[in-house]
Amino acid sequence: MTTSVLDPTAEEESENRVRIKRLTSINGATIGLLDISKPRGDIFLDTVQSLLENAGAKVLRFTKPTFSKPAPVDLRHEIATTCDAVIEALAD
Amino acid sequence: MVNDRPRLPDGYVAFVKRDCPTCELIVPVLKQLADTNLLGAIYTQDDPSFPSLSVTKDDTSLKMSFLHEIETVPTLLKTKDGSETGRIVGWSKQEWGSFCDIEDLGPKDMRSYSPGCGSRNTDPDLQGELRKNFGEGVSSRIIDFASAEDEFEAMYDRGWSDGLPLIPPTIERVLAMLEGTSRQPEEVVGLAPPNLVTLTVEKIAINAVMAGCKPEYLPVVITALETACTDEFNMHGVLATTMPVGPVLFINGPIRKSLGMNSGMNLLGQGNRANSTIGRALQLTIRNVGGGRPAEIDRATHGSPAKYGLCFAEDEESSPWPSYSEDLGFSPSQNTVTLFPGEGPRLICDQLSRSPDELARSLASGLLGNAHPKLVMGFDCILIIGPEHASRFSEAGWSKDRVKEEIINCTVRETDELIRGAGGIAEGLPEAFAGTSLPKFRPEGGLIIVYGGGEAGLFSTIIGGWLSGPKGSQYQTREITP
Repeated sequence: MTTSVLDPTAEEESENRVRIKRLTSINGATIGLLDISKPRGDIFLDTVQSLLENAGAKVLRFTKPTFSKPAPVDLRHEIATTCDAVIEALAD
Repeated sequence: MVNDRPRLPDGYVAFVKRDCPTCELIVPVLKQLADTNLLGAIYTQDDPSFPSLSVTKDDTSLKMSFLHEIETVPTLLKTKDGSETGRIVGWSKQEWGSFCDIEDLGPKDMRSYSPGCGSRNTDPDLQGELRKNFGEGVSSRIIDFASAEDEFEAMYDRGWSDGLPLIPPTIERVLAMLEGTSRQPEEVVGLAPPNLVTLTVEKIAINAVMAGCKPEYLPVVITALETACTDEFNMHGVLATTMPVGPVLFINGPIRKSLGMNSGMNLLGQGNRANSTIGRALQLTIRNVGGGRPAEIDRATHGSPAKYGLCFAEDEESSPWPSYSEDLGFSPSQNTVTLFPGEGPRLICDQLSRSPDELARSLASGLLGNAHPKLVMGFDCILIIGPEHASRFSEAGWSKDRVKEEIINCTVRETDELIRGAGGIAEGLPEAFAGTSLPKFRPEGGLIIVYGGGEAGLFSTIIGGWLSGPKGSQYQTREITP
């Protein structure tokens, strides 16, 4: 006998988005550095920033209010509209 | 849960079944009403040929009986413009006479009174089917397992399980579950993390069926999910963290008793259906609706058995103190659920303390290990004080507030011992905290005291928390609404 059940899931599928092309050069690009507010993330990103700037990139720094929650929509929008690429830093 | 009622013929309409002696008794009355064209229809529930009259209609599907919410047969409805304007049930010659405005209703020698029988549509075994066929229904996708599929294996295969078997969420079971709440199936409870999906009462009910809940547990599960989906509780973070925490629930108020929850011996252990399935229903909903699965968004390094669902009740009846919810200002008649981001429980064993001061020091020393002995103020904790430990305090006249204050005072340590590197241990507070002293817990709300457990055993139990406050998770208490 066939059993019929109700779907316990959200009945939604992930949206597939096409990735933007990788940067061919860092020189002249604007790179965002997102600190997720884990301890010592700033130390890691300070080093990354100086390496990027030495390679000719412009660096913008961003910080999530807390590592434990998703980045606010406004912050994601700001990064997306002002940067060519973003590096997100985990730390501990 | 019932659609708009179907139209009825004007005049009078009767609902009967042959299996009811009272219905057999009143056949002459029905004939009299039909012969005088007062009776527009007789809906018969079990035998379409009963009674043998021109107005008799087959209601063996019970559609009309269900939709008109007939509870007793015979029931006589008075109707106008297709709708009911009044009803009487059973047989009373006087009542029927005045209801139909006929003085000499029925044969003279007829019994003047006879109670009716239960209407077939009230049969508990038929409720699921009737609601499925004629109720407002549900909107989730129906999945038909293949005939060769084992239904239990099929649910595992689809990734719905936490590892334990699930009850198949058939339409009948889900509809029965939805009877446990006054909320509509389509009501939105929140956005289920981590995928921030619209979470409806119906989806919660489906997962509650799978978890093994009874319908009367559903309001607790709904309120718990409402709480879990708040920014303050931050279920996203509780799920995604590498730490071994999940939503720990404890219940206050009379609903503990009506659901048969365990607040005594083995209250955190196995064997009680409500304790075992309410927390599980929450977690299954986060898994299946929110998309929060282990090793995906759930990044727990070790996890914990508590992540299957950890739910218990406070023993308010035996407690020497007001309940936790009363401490918060709720009345004893209000039902509440508290959600706390917690680890699995751990024992503090002290079988020798006799005075309250000794025991406060002892419990404090046991609590120092929460998260790490050198990390303070950042992690809240539930302390479940067992009856024998509590009596040490209550017999000395200590209030719960005093117990909490004394314990927290006993956890105060010089921060020079807690900073990174102190004691040869790298973990600890940043150097900036040196030169002062701090308690283990933040004084306002860092330590939750709950009373419960078996009568015997000089023990208390702690449930360690996760990152406290706005940057992590803020535990919360909400009133459970039906």
